[in-house]
This record gives sequence, C-alpha cells and structure tokens, in this order.
Amino acid sequence: MITLHWVYAVAGAMFAAFALLGLADRANPRRWTTAAFWALLALSMWGGDWLGDLGNGVLLLGLVALAGLGGMGRGQGPVPDAVRRDRSARMGNRLFVIALIIPATALVGTFAFKQAPAWFDGKQATLIALALGVLIASLVGCLWLRAGPTEPLQQGRRLMDSVGWAAILPQMLASLGAVFALAGVGDVVGQIVSMAIPQGSLLGAVIAYGLGMALFTMVMGNAFAAFPVMTAAIGLPLLIRTYGGDPAIVCAIGMLAGFCGTLMTPMAANFNLVPAALLDLKDKHGVIKRQVGTAVPLLIVNIFLIYWLAFP
Amino acid sequence: MWVLLGIVVIVAGFLLRFHPLLVILASAIVTGIAAGLDPLTILAAFGKAFNEARYVSIIWIVLPVVGLLEAYGLQERARGLIARMRGATVGQFLAGYMLLRQGLAAVGLTSVAGHAQTVRPLVAPIAEAAAEAQAGDLDDDRREEVKAWAAATDNIGLFFGEDIFLAIGSILLIKGLLEQYGISLEPLHLSVWAIPTAIAAFLIHGFRLWRLDRRLKRGPAATEEAA
Repeated sequence: MITLHWVYAVAGAMFAAFALLGLADRANPRRWTTAAFWALLALSMWGGDWLGDLGNGVLLLGLVALAGLGGMGRGQGPVPDAVRRDRSARMGNRLFVIALIIPATALVGTFAFKQAPAWFDGKQATLIALALGVLIASLVGCLWLRAGPTEPLQQGRRLMDSVGWAAILPQMLASLGAVFALAGVGDVVGQIVSMAIPQGSLLGAVIAYGLGMALFTMVMGNAFAAFPVMTAAIGLPLLIRTYGGDPAIVCAIGMLAGFCGTLMTPMAANFNLVPAALLDLKDKHGVIKRQVGTAVPLLIVNIFLIYWLAFP
Repeated sequence: MWVLLGIVVIVAGFLLRFHPLLVILASAIVTGIAAGLDPLTILAAFGKAFNEARYVSIIWIVLPVVGLLEAYGLQERARGLIARMRGATVGQFLAGYMLLRQGLAAVGLTSVAGHAQTVRPLVAPIAEAAAEAQAGDLDDDRREEVKAWAAATDNIGLFFGEDIFLAIGSILLIKGLLEQYGISLEPLHLSVWAIPTAIAAFLIHGFRLWRLDRRLKRGPAATEEAA
C-alpha cells in the first residue's frame, strides 16, 4: 500500500540531491553548511522513524544550529533573462499547462485514491497525490521542454536555497504546539481567557480569537508564529472543545484573520517595507497605508465567517 | 501559570527580531522547564513532534517543477498576460492583476509574480501610466499613492489566494498543529474554507480600487484618502 512514507522517500531523495548538487556549487560561500542543512532534512525524511525521539531532537538541534549561526548561503543565480525570454517565446502556454498538472493531480487524486483503499492510504490521499503530480509534472516538463534530467533538481535547489532556513519554520511551529500541549499551556490560557470573556458568549470568544490572531500577527510579524499561540489559548479550548466549532473552519479562517494582521504591520518587512523600498517610495509605510482599508473590513468579515460557518 | 513564559519568549523573540528558529527552540525549552520537565524529556518531545510533523515540509517537493518552469520562462509568460491588460483604468487594471495573482497562487504558483518579479518591472509602471491617462499630470504624492496601490494589491492577492492551494505552508501547519492535539484533518478540507475569504477580499479591495478610479477622474485635488 502506498502511504505517506513513499512521499517522505521522494522528499528525502530531493533534499539529498539538493545537498549533493549544492556541494558542487562553488558560487555559494557557505556551501558546506548549506548542504549539511539539506542533508539533515533528507535524513529526517528517510530515517526519522528509526532515529528515536531523542535522536530526532538532536537532529533538530543540528538544523537550528546550522541556521541560527548563519550557515545558510545561496549559490549560482537564475538562468539569464535573455535566455528565459527566448525560451518563453518558444514554449508558450505549455508552461502553464505543466504547472496545472500538480494541482489537478492533487485534486483528482484526493478523491480517486479513496476509492482504492487497498492501494492507497486514504487519510493521506492529498499528499500522496501531490507527490505523484510533482513526479508527473517533472517528467512531462523534462520531455516537453527538452530539459536535461537534472534541470528540475538544479533549479529546485536554487529556489530552495533562496527559501533557506525558513523552509522548516512551519514544521517547527507545528512541533512547538506539541510542547505547549505537553506543558498544559492551553489549559492555563483557557482559564484566563474564560475569565476575560463573558460566560457563554460565543461571539465574544470568536472575536477574541480573530482579533487575537490579527494582533499577535502584527506584534510578531508572522501569522504562522501567532497561530500555535492563539490555537492553544482560544481556538482549541474554547471555540472547538467548549462550543463544538468545526476545527477546519475555525483554523483555516483564523489563519486568514492573521493574514489581515500581516497587512497592517511593519514587522512583516518582506511584504510591507521591502516593496516600498523597491518602488522608491518616500513613505516607507505607504504600502501598509493602502492595505489597512482592505485588511480591517476583511478581518471583520473573517470573524463573522467563523461565527456563521463553524457553529451550525 | 509559569508555562506562559514560553508564549512570552516567542512573542518577545519575534518582536526583537532574533533568529526565528532559535526563538522557537527557546520557547519550547522555557515552556518545558516551567512545566517541570527535564531538558532531555523536552528535547525528546520536541524531536518526536518534529518527526510526526514532517509532512508539513512536504510542500517543498513542488520546487523542482516551479524552478524548471521558471527557467523556461514562466515569469515572462505571466508578465505577457499582465501587459495585455494595458489600456484599462488603474482600478480595472489592478483588479485584473489581483484576480490573476489570486488565481496563480491558488494553483500553487506563488513565486511567479511578486514585488521583484512583476510589481516593480510591470504592474507599478502600467498603473502609473494608466493613472496619468486618467488624471492628466500626476503630482509626486499621487504617483507614490498609485505605486503603493500596486504593491498592496499584490500582497492582498497573494495572501487571499495561496491558502486555496492545498500544499502551502499555512495549510499544512494547521494540519500538523491540530494533529498534535489529536484532531486529524485533510488539507483539502482546510483549503476549501479559504475560498469565502478569497471572494470577500476581492470584493472589498475591488470596491476600493473602483473608488480610486472615481477619485482620479475628479482631478488632482481629490486624491487624499483617509485609509
């Protein structure tokens, strides 16, 4: 049966290839430590289940040490503009067709794989289908665009290096949630919050959650970081456990309430300050000022969407 | 009560711009110690959770395909689509760009457009030219404003399009975190709930762009906006 472990094997192979190809890239001043980072991630994908809990913890320390001490660098740049323009004119819209293979396979596979429970782990159908879509798209891409077989890996590595350590940020935050759960953070915050919110006020709890996501995101500059905190504090103990809200709706729209916060904070420099500099704006908060007028009403919409949709 | 120190650490750490991975690790250690756990137990719990949440980092397997397509001119192709919208008013053009940005992000093509890729070379100049055609001469403040609208529209289109794609960091982070609390969900089940907000974002921002058009038509004195 095809399970998530097959997907981990594919991902592990990819990270291992990134590490090996990265070692050969002399344009990257930190190629040894960068390669070590991707190699550790490959090891995690391939051997995580055999390392034991403490072993995985040590692996995690290694990743954090490599990233935290500035070990991540970038190698060679992208294909020259002129070459890309020339290729783009020849390839035409087949580029979009290849790009659509991935979401189309993921969507079809999510439903189709469930019909064959003997062959596929139905609970992980989407991720298995995603990996299949990637493999098909890579193959079709190489053949149709007449690219060399290592071209996807080389270009993927270039993008991966530009993402850098941020690649494991979501996984780290999801894991932090486990430590919060073990320490009982949710119970403590839940008690405090239930004192602050009038007893039995569902709307009050939803507003506290949506507003909290936006405000924490504004302070931290990152909705991903705000999410484990707000979920442990309000989302899980109050909205999901006490009021029986649909966890998918509460969390999916709660995350988007956080994104409204991202639009309003200079802490999210990549999105808000960097473009102002890129466009030579005199007012470095000019982009944020244009965003507030959309972010505030949209935050209100999100809060009411949770209130209406998650609690039937 | 002391277990809340971990939350203080993560908020303060991000606020003070320490390395995010170090901040998360510090938060885990502080939370664990405050709960009376010994360091090795904390490390093992963190390692176990990290291993169980590996699928969150599965999203990166799309990079080889995206990289290949970019090397063969996907960004140039997207720029061609944007350039074809030339000739509309600022508001119409930016609304069209937002729709394109949301659509591309919704199928996982988040890096095809962006501030460096499309806004600076293309979207901002086209928006400026359109505003000039509408309002006659643009003074510096209004030129700034129109450029800021271009960047803002890109961000909003990206944020409220990308979560519709089921293999994006935020969706798998939600799945991973809920799994730590014993709730198992499918990525698709999460990503469909990004659609109502995506529509609302387009309507709200589109309405503001429509008002921008009306203000530009009224001439140079009336472009100030409270927002």
